[in-house]
This record gives sequence, C-alpha cells and structure tokens, in this order.
Amino acid sequence: MHYDNILTRKIQAAVESGRKALIPFVPAGFPVKDRFWDVILELDAEGADVIEIGVPFSDPVADGPVVEKASIRCLEQGVNLDWIFEGLAEYRDRIRAGLVFMGYFNPFLQYGVDRLAGSCREAGVSGLIIPDLILEEAEPYMEMLNENNLAYIPLVGLNTSLERLQAYAGLCPAFVYVVSVMGITGTKTGSMQVLGAKLRQVQDSFECPVALGFGISSKDQLESIEEHVDAVVFGSALINHLDEGRTPREFMAGW
Amino acid sequence: MRKGYFGAFGGRFVPELLVPPLAELEQAVDNILPDEAFEKDMDQVCREFVGRPTPLYLCRNLSADMGFDVFLKREDLAHTGAHKINNTVGQALLARHMGKSCLLAETGAGQHGVATATAAAMLGLDCIVFMGALDVQRQSINVHRMELMGARVEPVESGTRTLKDAINAALRYWIAHQSDTHYCLGSAVGPHPFPLLVRRLQSIIGRESREQMLQQTGSLPDTVVACVGGGSNAIGIFHPFIQDTGVELVGVEAGGRGGPDDHHSSTLSRGTPGVLHGTHTFLLQSIEGQILPSHSVAPGLDYPGVGPEHAFLKDSSRARYEVIHDRQALDAFNLLSRKEGIIPALESAHAVAWVSESRDHIRPGSKVLINLSGRGDKDLDIVREQMAEV
Repeated sequence: MHYDNILTRKIQAAVESGRKALIPFVPAGFPVKDRFWDVILELDAEGADVIEIGVPFSDPVADGPVVEKASIRCLEQGVNLDWIFEGLAEYRDRIRAGLVFMGYFNPFLQYGVDRLAGSCREAGVSGLIIPDLILEEAEPYMEMLNENNLAYIPLVGLNTSLERLQAYAGLCPAFVYVVSVMGITGTKTGSMQVLGAKLRQVQDSFECPVALGFGISSKDQLESIEEHVDAVVFGSALINHLDEGRTPREFMAGW
Repeated sequence: MRKGYFGAFGGRFVPELLVPPLAELEQAVDNILPDEAFEKDMDQVCREFVGRPTPLYLCRNLSADMGFDVFLKREDLAHTGAHKINNTVGQALLARHMGKSCLLAETGAGQHGVATATAAAMLGLDCIVFMGALDVQRQSINVHRMELMGARVEPVESGTRTLKDAINAALRYWIAHQSDTHYCLGSAVGPHPFPLLVRRLQSIIGRESREQMLQQTGSLPDTVVACVGGGSNAIGIFHPFIQDTGVELVGVEAGGRGGPDDHHSSTLSRGTPGVLHGTHTFLLQSIEGQILPSHSVAPGLDYPGVGPEHAFLKDSSRARYEVIHDRQALDAFNLLSRKEGIIPALESAHAVAWVSESRDHIRPGSKVLINLSGRGDKDLDIVREQMAEV
C-alpha cells in the first residue's frame, strides 16, 4: 500500500479543505535554466500541492506541440537528470509540495532505473509518471520502485477497459492520472458526459485519489465532473502562460 | 519468451491510450491473417496486383568476375518498385477485414507512403501520410505520386522534421483516430504486434527465394545478404532461412560518410539498447537517452532505430551485421547498373556493396543471395549530386 506516500497525503489534504489539489507541470529548465527553480518555488508558494517536473525527451510521443517545443528548448540548454538532481539538492528543503517526475522511459532507462530510484529517494521525489511505460512493461520494475517508496503513477484514458483499470488499481498507486482526451497533451476536451462516466468507473475501481489532466486550461471545464476529481494537472496552459512572460502567481490565482 | 518480445528486445512501450488499438490489431493478426478467405485474397493480390512471385536472377557477369554465384531476389520488380508493397497490401487487406476505413502511414523518403497510398487506392480506403517537412521538400515527386493516388500528405514540422518525427506524428494521430483508422507502419519496428505483423507479410520474400534457390540450383544459398534500416526487407528474406543453420545471414547497415564525427545509421553495429517508438531495441542515442540524428545517402536506411528482431538475431549471433559507407554503396550502384543492367535502390546497393567488398573472403563457388529490395530510379538525383561532389 502506498497510502503513506506524501503524494496521496497532499492531495487528500487539499480535498479535505474543500478544494481540488493543484498539480502544475513544468519541463525542467523551462522557461530558461536560470529561472526554473524560481518558477517551482513560486508555484509552491502559491498553493501547488504536487509539482510535476518534466524530464525532457527528444521524442515525446504523448505530447502536443506546446510541451514538445518546451522540452526541446530545455534539451538545447543541456538539461538532464543530473542537472535536476543538483537543483533538488539545493532547493528541495524550500518546496512544500510533493514532487513527481514526468518523463518518457528511455532517459530513465539509460540513467538506470535502480540508480534513479535511489537518487529520487535521496532528492525527495516521490513518484514517476512515465507515459510510455504501461502496466506490463512496468512490471519488472515495480519491486524496486516500491522498495524506494517511489510511486508508479498510472495513466488511464477514456478507452481503458474496466479490466485494465482494475489491474492498475491492484498496484495501489499513490494516485491515478486520468487522461481527459483521446489525444495528446493540450488537446481540447470532448464530451463531458463520456468523461464523467469514465471518471465514475475510475473512482469505483481505485481507492486512491483521482487526478485529471491533458487539455485542462480553466476551472470552468470541471463544472459538470467536479465530484469525480480530486486533483487537476495543467501543463500546456501553464507553459503558454509562462511563455508569454507572465508569472506563476497570476496563473495559480485563476485556480 | 515474454509476449511481444524477441529475447530481451521488443515489447510495447506506448501510451495507455494505444493499448486498445494494438490489442485489436494483435487479435486481427492472430485470427484474420491465418484465415483461409484472407489468405486467398492476399494470394490473389500478390499475384495480380503486386506481380509476385518476383524472379530470382543469377548475375551472369558479376558472378564470373567474383568467382562465386551472386543471386538477386528481384523485389525491385514488384509494383511501385520495392518490397514495401508486400507490407502495405497485406496491412490494407487486414484493415479492410477489421472494418477500418482509413490507412495512416509515416514515410521518410516517401517509398512507404507511396506503397500505402497505392494499397489504399486499390482497396478504396482513405489514406493520410505523415512526412517530415524536410523530406516533403527533398522528395516532392513522391509527394505528388501519393497525392495522385488520393492520399493526404501532412508535413511534420516538429523535432528534426524527418522520419522519426513522422512516426511520432502518426502515433499521435492514431491515438485520436483509432476507431476508424489502421496505422500501416512501414517497417518491422514499433510496438508489438507490428514487428511480427510486418515480418509475416515480408517473409514472402524469403519463402519464394528459398523455393527458387532449391528449384533453380538444387540447394540453399550459403549466404543471404540484405540491407538494414528498420529492417523489413532483411527480416523478410532472413526469416524463412533461420532454421537452416548452414545459411549465413548478413545484414548491412549504412555507415554514412564514415568520418568519426559524421552521422550514420549503423544502429546495430554502433548503437546501444534503449526504447524508441514503442520498442526496446538498439538505438543511436546520447548517453542520456536522447535520440541522435541519423544519416545515410540511402534515404530508406536513415533511421536511428532498428527492428527488435534484428537486435535479437545479433544478440544470439544467428545473423551478423556489417557496415557499408556511402561511397561504397555508390560504387556498387554503378557496378550493378553497368555489369547487369539493373539499377539498384541506394538502400539495396549497400547489400551489393558488402558482397563486392567481401569478395576475397567469400569461398569461390559458393552461392550468395542478395535481396535487391528496390529499384534505383528514385535515387538518380542523389547519385548525380554525389558524383558531382567527387
């Protein structure tokens, strides 16, 4: 059971205080390396409950153009896992939010999954969201992740069957991440009715909190499905906002 | 062996949203492909549309020069001028049996895109092809061919604007359009079941060759040689020979210009294992796992990954993989044109080049079978440019 995981506790605390937990996503080194940790500290100060740090990859197949461009900009500045861990060694104490890495599998695999688990534990990173590591492929690594109290956060979607939802639920994750669209990050959301039905199924299958992401840009979108969601992830909308030179504070104020 | 794996290689490293269409495809591969009605359909299309069986040709002049028998499997004579059509007509038929109305494809230089557009037109399916914006500029004739056959060509502006980015774009499109669209992947790469599906459709090359060798010469070849980019023509000719342990299998990768800092496409020979486009295989990547640009004078070999089954064949030493540089491939291009009256694709010229370069190490009197995977008319501009540089 992962319920002692800080990620679960952070989300539950937000829900208990009568609001949705807020999970901003920022690619490491965005908008530029020098400003990245200030952005993280400001998001934290403005009420982020969990922060997703994007580990950039050259071929982000689940992402739309906004995240892809941002990731490539970060890679061009030489961002890698070592740089992220160095920054965490310096700043982690000042961040209250739970931290997760969101990134594609290959950079983690090349770093070494066992080494990664150890580094995450030391650096205070509590979970991994890996969009191209499905249940069957994650299986060989589960024990190692569990030993390091590093949560594997499953992504599920509108076309994920009940059987697969239950298989993911069997992993007792810290939270489950529901992809709100049949598409990539930054895609406009479709029918709220379909999404609501799937969210109910997810809620029934999982004991852990439910986070919703991909294509979420404003609070209004959640109106009809609010009761089925514990946390909201925003990436593309935040990246666009920061890219326009505006502050994390202004963005968080909208939530 | 784990499902969808070839030893340590293969698998299904994809977003969860692609699991249902891949599972649907896997079921179709298991159930529809072996079905008698499908086999009949496929057989008829192969004979009447593709022009199979393609001939096995003993090179008269080259063989005399080299002191051993050089046989060419003439995939260059298949419709659209390359082996790519074997895969696309098979997948198009499968898509129709699955009730899909649209074929989706990625393409590098445009050969697979043209072959997909061809199959789609033949079966009355819609067709959308993602192609790197850089390749759209470089290969405008192929864009025109695809459009003539009714395909929509979408230039891809992201990343390096080449083949690998076209695959990313196709996978993204498939996520959103999986209900009515079949992704007709062009090589024996990608997530399970694609490497298996493409191998099954391309194995017709090896099955025919094996039979033709026995019929025309009374015995199997000593060596089978094929170029390897993603590796579909190679796995197609290798696979029916895998149990024939006396037959040596040689895959030839593209070494690019060959300088120490030059880009190349020798994934198996000089790459390292990792995960790209849904599969665990050898890749050209940085130590941090970022994918590196590839290069070859042959556009069809220009890919930073390789089919997972080749990674396994290398690992288990059943096949070996060698490197041929641009210059050597161009020499072989000229050699085969001049000596045999056959202009090979620059991709296939890599396989010819390895045989020519290895002539002193090949036993006199032995039989070498080369998969001539495509014809070279498409490459005349590149060759002219390269010759001007010399």
